[in-house]
Amino acid sequence: MKHVRFTNAHQSITFSRRMMLVSGAQAAIGAMLIGRMGWLSVAQNQKYQLLSESNRVQLIPVPPRRGWIIDRNSKPIAINRSSFRIDVIPQQLEKGRDVVGEVAKLIALDADSVDRVRRELKESRGFRPVQLAENVTYEQYAAVTVRLPDLPGVQATRGFSRFYPDGPAVAHLVGYVGSANAKEYEKENKNPLLLIPGVKIGKQGLEKTLEPYLRGTPGGQRVEVTAGGKLIKELDPKPDRSGQTVQLTIDQGLQQFAARRMGDQSGALVAMDVATGDILAFVSMPAFDPNSFSEGIGRTEWKMLSGDDHIPLLNKVAQGLYPSGSTIKPAMALAFLKQGVDPQRRVVCNGGYQIGNRYFRCDAVHGSMDMHSAVERSCNTYFWATGLITDPEQTTEMVNYLGYGQEFDLPIPTQRYGTMPSPEWLEKKYHRKWQGYDSANTSIGQGYVLINPMQLAVMPARLASGKLLQPQLLLRGPRKPIAPLDVNPEHLEIVRKAMASVVNDHGTAVASKLPLDGILMAGKTGTAQVFRLGERGHQGAWALRDHALFIAFAPADKPKYAIGCIIEHGGFGASAAAPIVRDSMTYLFDQQKALAALEPLEKQWGGTLAERNARLLGAFKNATSAGT
Amino acid sequence: MITSAIIPRPLARLPWRLIFLVAGIALFGLMVLYSAAGGSSHPWAIKQGAVFLFFLGVAIGMSWLREATVKAFVFPAYVVIVLMLIAVDLLGFAAKGAQRWIDLGPISLQPSEFMKPAIALTLARFYELLPAGDVRNWRGIWPALALLGVPAFLILVQPDLGTCIMVILCGVTVMFLAGLPWWLFAGPAAAIAVAAPIAYSMLHGYQRKRIDIFLDPESDPLGAGYHIAQSKIAIGSGGIWGKGFLNGTQSHLDYLPEGHTDFAFASLAEEWGLVGGIILIVAFGLVVRWGMKVAANGRTRFAQLSAAGLTACIFFYASINLMMVMGLAPVVGVPLPLISYGGSAVMTVMLCLGLLMALERQQRTQSRAG
Repeated sequence: MKHVRFTNAHQSITFSRRMMLVSGAQAAIGAMLIGRMGWLSVAQNQKYQLLSESNRVQLIPVPPRRGWIIDRNSKPIAINRSSFRIDVIPQQLEKGRDVVGEVAKLIALDADSVDRVRRELKESRGFRPVQLAENVTYEQYAAVTVRLPDLPGVQATRGFSRFYPDGPAVAHLVGYVGSANAKEYEKENKNPLLLIPGVKIGKQGLEKTLEPYLRGTPGGQRVEVTAGGKLIKELDPKPDRSGQTVQLTIDQGLQQFAARRMGDQSGALVAMDVATGDILAFVSMPAFDPNSFSEGIGRTEWKMLSGDDHIPLLNKVAQGLYPSGSTIKPAMALAFLKQGVDPQRRVVCNGGYQIGNRYFRCDAVHGSMDMHSAVERSCNTYFWATGLITDPEQTTEMVNYLGYGQEFDLPIPTQRYGTMPSPEWLEKKYHRKWQGYDSANTSIGQGYVLINPMQLAVMPARLASGKLLQPQLLLRGPRKPIAPLDVNPEHLEIVRKAMASVVNDHGTAVASKLPLDGILMAGKTGTAQVFRLGERGHQGAWALRDHALFIAFAPADKPKYAIGCIIEHGGFGASAAAPIVRDSMTYLFDQQKALAALEPLEKQWGGTLAERNARLLGAFKNATSAGT
Repeated sequence: MITSAIIPRPLARLPWRLIFLVAGIALFGLMVLYSAAGGSSHPWAIKQGAVFLFFLGVAIGMSWLREATVKAFVFPAYVVIVLMLIAVDLLGFAAKGAQRWIDLGPISLQPSEFMKPAIALTLARFYELLPAGDVRNWRGIWPALALLGVPAFLILVQPDLGTCIMVILCGVTVMFLAGLPWWLFAGPAAAIAVAAPIAYSMLHGYQRKRIDIFLDPESDPLGAGYHIAQSKIAIGSGGIWGKGFLNGTQSHLDYLPEGHTDFAFASLAEEWGLVGGIILIVAFGLVVRWGMKVAANGRTRFAQLSAAGLTACIFFYASINLMMVMGLAPVVGVPLPLISYGGSAVMTVMLCLGLLMALERQQRTQSRAG
């Protein structure tokens, strides 16, 4: 340290110098504070104003009413019913107290539902309400409401619930709605709307694919709340907008009729308007009740549905795949004609046909067959023989062109479209050459041929109209102009005449003539082997029996409607599927007559669809409770 | 000074401009408290007003104190306060918790508050007694460090980081003005600047997170950063003109924590905007400038140093709080004097002002006499 003497004079100079320094520093800090404040309140004012507003104003979402689904005549298919509901908020439950049990006793909730509630409570996210009961009666609602102060965590509200007046008849068409699960919640970027109890989203069918139209936009009650969540005042609300009403091409009456007409059989039926491609009926039976699905299905009912060998949970129209059987023959005939086969050319059926080292057996000894009679009487020998002299690639192309193996642009979540085998496809898939027996199998709709019931309706519709119809489900959807089929109209006429004979002359479905004056139906039966070629199982174990198929259009001379139907394990197409198509077709022309025909049948089966379903569930419940 | 025939001489001699300034700030504070209570003088504004008036009276009374009297009391007062600090620490140790005050029935004494002016006076007195030649010696340094270090340590262990920092800053200001060598201040400052990043890298995860949150409160808006984040929202959303008296949402809806105490400035800025904030800052600036003038005009070394130290005390009080509220400093729990609810800060600031007024009166009378 330098030893310069530090005197009083030095001291006072130092003091005043340092005073200036300190004052300067103080002024600088003051200026910095003002600058900082200006930065916050001027430069960043907008950001902070926004934050302050989002602090102050909270939005309590008000769920929109789900849009209706109506049929082509504006009859309701899916609507909303005013309902009362009771929820539990897991976070607010008192520990060590069985509030769920208390409420369950209060409103007489069955053990099944209590089970479901407890299961859901275990998986719940805490703040998210779990539905205790939906669609409770006013008395039950009132009973819970008056005891609310004593039931922490319980919430009773009024709202709307989805209602399907036709129940199972429309199940696979519209699907069902349900509360969003964790995955759906994440997928929608944690949309808070999905957490509100009673808010349902489409889970299956049209309810799922039409979700953007049906949901609507939620409104909100804007409220001013404190940091502690206390409500200070209500601000102007943001109104909700109900979902749009979606009008389907479906004819609700026909849909319901066809579903009822199927009785207890397992099958699918699709009806189309030949002029437009509108789907009039989209039936897959048996089916679950979408009403009970939308309410959260009980375990017993679920068990019953998933254990049923008629697979009520499968949408057979969209996802069922079956061999087409002989229903392929009209298309085959058209393919043969296009390749120059003379319709007068005759093949003698001696009850079978030898291809290579294998003998294929026909259903009967048909004798000398031309194209018309071969279709009319479903002679396999004719098609085996003709299949061998034509080009399988071109034949497949034509059948595919008419609809088999095609995927359609429909608003249904999953669609399986099957296979129309061709030499090229075989090479790619199984790495082998096309053989004679492949042609033979394909020409009668067996072997690799797999089709779905939608195609079963599109095929006769295209044959009947001569147009490349596309099936439509939305009445007001965008429509493309319909192109005519690229086939000779004379050829089409030959095929149509043959199909008319199937029902009206000496064909396989003469038992299913329309009971109407002056209206003839044209059709084609099909019997698809399930078990093994050569062994025809139309008796014996149900699951081994053949599938019965029928395709039809009517009136035969001036087609208006086309229907395709498959009855699983129904035996002969003529005996199981054709009568259902006949009655459904009758319904389209004369409803009274069709309903009159249905009545004795339902009596014989033991009641209407709804009655039989209820009885079935009751019996199943008794059986399971007796078993445990 | 108002010179008028009507007003009696003793009253006319008071530094009225300062008194109006301070009363104006206090009035502004009362309005903030009135608004923060949801438009009610209960429970804060009326009580705070009474406390202010009481201490304003005390300060004015103190302005007649003579410098010699003050000097005589400096060291005894210092010793008493240190003893009280030790007592508080022992009480806290016994209660196994933080303890900052001594309970005396109706009032509770917070000795650390007294230490703020006391340290300025004590060090000023020490440097007055120290011969000029010793100022840059070891003899000029270690006693001052001890006089400062002992109470700072006692306050730190209470624990009360905010007050501890303020006491140290007041003391350091006096030492700096007393003429201690530069390196004594530049050295530690440079050492801290160099050591901070190294220390940061050596910290544990959670400690580092605390610093991160201070540097960027929005990164944890619901946790530790909540206070600062909400405070910045209040200030920032006020804009230039503010949301209007009684219209602050951050404070009224309880989003702003401590809106009537440590974060009262945020309440003020939300309702009065940038304009209100600048008026308050400038008002404090004028008070500080007045104090610094008193220091500059001091006739004795004690007057110079103690006035500067007391002014620094007021300055640090306000500026640390403002930096904290605006997110420029960590939240250390320093209220805004005359605005925040609570008597301690009012008492300390008014004690400082009372002493400053006394020193100022001496200057005038001496200059008049001379």
